[in-house]
Amino acid sequence: MLNWWLPENVSSFGRDIDWLFHLIYWITMLTGILVFVALIVFLVMYRDRPGRKATYTHGNTTLEIVWTIVPALILVVLTFLSAPAWSKIKMSMPATDLVIQVTAKQFNWQVAYPGPDGKFGTDDDKKFLDEMHVPVNKPVKVILKSQDVIHSFFVPNFRIKQDAVPGREINAWFDAMKPGKYEWPCAELCGFGHSGMKGWVYVHSADDYVKWAAENLKGDAAPAQEEKPKS
Amino acid sequence: MSAHSATAHGHATHEHHDMGFLKTYVFSTDHKMIGRQFMFLGLVMFILGGLLALVVRWQLAWPETAVPGLGSILKETGGVLEPAQYNMAFTMHATIMIFFVVMPILAGGFGNFLIPLMIGARDMAFPLLNMLSFWTAVPATILMLLGFFVPGGHAAAGWTSYAPLSADVQWTGVNWGQNLWCISLFILGISSMMGSINYITTVINMRAPGMSLFRMPLVIWSLFITAILLLLALPVLTSGVAMLLFDRSLGTSWFRPSGGGDPLLWQHLFWYFGHPEVYILILPAMGIASEILPVFSRKPIFGYHAMAFSMIGIAFLSWIVYGHHMFVSGMNPALGMSFMITTMVIAVPSAIKTFNWLGTLWGGRITFPVPMCNALAFVSMFVIGGLSGIFMASTPVDIYIQDTYFIVAHIHYVVFGGSIFGAFAGIYFWFPKMFGRMMNSGLGYVHFWGSFIFFNMTFFPMHIIGVGGQMRRIYNPMQYEFLQPQQHWNVIITVGAIGLGISQIPFFINFFMSMFKGKPAPLNPWNSTTLEWGASSPPPHLNWGPKLPEVHRGPYEYSVPNESADFSPQTQPVHAPAGGRRH
Repeated sequence: MLNWWLPENVSSFGRDIDWLFHLIYWITMLTGILVFVALIVFLVMYRDRPGRKATYTHGNTTLEIVWTIVPALILVVLTFLSAPAWSKIKMSMPATDLVIQVTAKQFNWQVAYPGPDGKFGTDDDKKFLDEMHVPVNKPVKVILKSQDVIHSFFVPNFRIKQDAVPGREINAWFDAMKPGKYEWPCAELCGFGHSGMKGWVYVHSADDYVKWAAENLKGDAAPAQEEKPKS
Repeated sequence: MSAHSATAHGHATHEHHDMGFLKTYVFSTDHKMIGRQFMFLGLVMFILGGLLALVVRWQLAWPETAVPGLGSILKETGGVLEPAQYNMAFTMHATIMIFFVVMPILAGGFGNFLIPLMIGARDMAFPLLNMLSFWTAVPATILMLLGFFVPGGHAAAGWTSYAPLSADVQWTGVNWGQNLWCISLFILGISSMMGSINYITTVINMRAPGMSLFRMPLVIWSLFITAILLLLALPVLTSGVAMLLFDRSLGTSWFRPSGGGDPLLWQHLFWYFGHPEVYILILPAMGIASEILPVFSRKPIFGYHAMAFSMIGIAFLSWIVYGHHMFVSGMNPALGMSFMITTMVIAVPSAIKTFNWLGTLWGGRITFPVPMCNALAFVSMFVIGGLSGIFMASTPVDIYIQDTYFIVAHIHYVVFGGSIFGAFAGIYFWFPKMFGRMMNSGLGYVHFWGSFIFFNMTFFPMHIIGVGGQMRRIYNPMQYEFLQPQQHWNVIITVGAIGLGISQIPFFINFFMSMFKGKPAPLNPWNSTTLEWGASSPPPHLNWGPKLPEVHRGPYEYSVPNESADFSPQTQPVHAPAGGRRH
C-alpha cells in the first residue's frame, strides 16, 4: 500500500532498502494497532461507572520481563537484517571502470568525467552542469566533493543519499536498472538557493550510452557547458 | 476543604505583599514564582514560534503567494516570502520552539515549581542562583529577538546551524543574525547550567523526612534525570556555539575547511548535545503523564521501578546514539553500524514506559477531565513518534528518509505530540496549585479536541510526503517534478496547521482569564496523593508551615484496600498490619 507513496525504485540496492522499509512498516503498523486497540479498550472498559472499583496493583514482574524482551528481540533481529544492506551500500564499492566526479557548489552539481586519459583534474576532463549520464545495469562510482558548504546527493528513484562535505572526498555508488531521466535534488540546506538546486541523471541503455559517450566524452567534441543562471 | 483553602490563600497573598512587589514578582528567589516566570516566557514565545510555523506552512502550500498579514512587514514583495526569509522563518521556528518554549516550560517552569513542592522542601538549594538562572534567560531571549531586526536578517542555516553554511557570512548573507543566535544560546546555556545544578542538588539533599529516592514521584525522577542531562549536554553546545562565533568573527577555523577545520566536528558537537536534548524535551513530559494517569485511573502507577529505571536507561543510552543523525553525513560508515545498534536499544526503555502506562490504565476507574485527555494524547502521540523512529534507526532505510518530511513528521510527533501535549496536561493539572484557581474545563475541552484533531491533520500527512521524497527545508516543492503530484498534501497540512494555531486561542484565553477570574481551587482538586496538594493554593513563600511534611509511603497509593478514601496521601501513616506494601 505504500508503493504509490514511494517513488519508483530503479537501483539495485534500492530493493534492499524498500524491503526493509516495508518490513518496518508492517512491524510498526502492527505494534501501533495493538497498542491503540488496547488503549481504547481499556479506556472504554475501565471508564468510571457507578460501583466500579479500581484494582490495587503495583505491577507484574513477568509482564515487565515479557515487554522488555519481546521488543528487544524484534529490534535485534531488525538490526541484523539492516546490517548487510548498510554494509553493501556504504561500506563496499563494486568493481567498476565508470567513475564520475561530482563537485557540489551553491547551487549546482558540477559533473566531471575523466576524459580519454582516465584522470581527473586534467585538461581533457569532460564537464557538465546539473546533468549526469550513465549506462543502465552498470555500477557507477561517484567521487563526491563540495567547494563551499555541505550539500547532499539525493536521487529519490535510486534511494541514494550522501552528503558532500567541503574538505572531503566521499565515495558513493549506484547501479541503475532502468533507462530514464531521474530528478536529482540537493537534500541538505545549502543557502537561499537550496530549493531548486537540482539536476537530472540520465540512465541510457548500453547502446545509447556508447553513442552518447562517443559524442560527448571523446576528444574535444563536447565543449564544457556554460553555467546557467539560477532564478 | 474549600474554606480552609480560602484562608490559606489569603495567608499566601499576605506573605507575598510583605516582600514588596519587586521581590515578589520580578526578582523573586521563590522557586514557585521563578517557575511561573519561566512558564510565562515559554507561553509568550510559543505564540511567536507558532506564527513563524504558519508563515512556513503558507509558503509550502501556496508557494510564492502573499502571506496574509505580512504585507506590511515585507513591503518590497507585498507579503511574498523570499527564499532567504523562508530559511530564516523555519530556522527561528525551531530555535524558538526548542530553546524558548519547550525547555522553559517543561524544565524551567515545571522543574522549578514542582521539585521543592513534591519532595517536601521549602525552596531550591540555591534560591539566589535560581533567580539568576531566570534573569540570565531573559537577556538571552532579548538578544535572540533582536536578531529579527538586524540587517541581513536572522539566522537562516537551520536550527542545527550546520557549518560551514553557518560559519561564514558569504554563504548565507546573514551577519549579525547568526552571531546573535550564537551569543543568545551561549547565555541560555549558562542559565540552564545554573538551573540544572540547582535541581540536582535539591533532589539529592533537600528531600523531606521519609522521602526516599524510590518514594519520589516519577515526574521528579524525570526532572532530576533531565537536569543531569542538561548539566552534561548543554556545555557541549555552549562551547560549540562559542567556537562557531569565533569562526565567524575572529577568523578561527574550527569548522571551516578553508582554514583546515572540519565541518563534521560541528555536527559531532551539535548532536552530542542534540540527542540528549531530545530526551531533555521528552522526559519531563513522560514524568507528567506518569503523574496524571494514576490520578485519573485511581490506581498506582504500573511498574514504578521499571518506570524509574527505564528513564535512567534512556539517560545513559542517550549519550551513545547521537550518530544516528549523521548516517549519511560522511562519517565513517562503520560508526553508522554501531550507532544503529545503540539506537535500536534505546527504543526498548521507551517501549517499557508505554506498556506500563497501558498497565496503569488496565483495571482502573478512569475519568476524563482535561489534564487526563492531554496526558492520553501524549501517550498515543508518543507511540506514533516512537514507532516512526524505528525507520530512522535502520541505517539503510535512513539513507532514503534522512532529510525528508518523514523526519519532520517524526520530530513533531515527539516534540509537539509528546512534549507539548505533556506540557498542556501539566498546566491543566497543576494550574490550581500554581494560581489557586481552576481553569475552565469547557474551554479546556475545546482546546484539547481542536489541538488533537488538527495536530494529526498537520503532522500525519508529513509521513506520506516524506516517503514520497519531499526534502525538508525546501522553499518551493513545485520546483521538483517528482513532488508536484503530491502537492495537495501540503495544502491539507497547512490547513491543519492553521486549525492547530486557532485551537490555541481558547487555551491562552483560558490560561490568562483563569489566573484572575477562575473558580477558587480547593486544596486538592483531583484527590491526589503527592505532597504538593497538601500545601495551600498557591503555596506561600517557603511552602510549608512550621513543620515539614513527613512522608510515609509511595507516591501513587490509590484505591488502597481497607482504607476509607480512594487515595492515601504520602503524608498519611500506614496503619496496615505486617505484610503491607514495601512502599
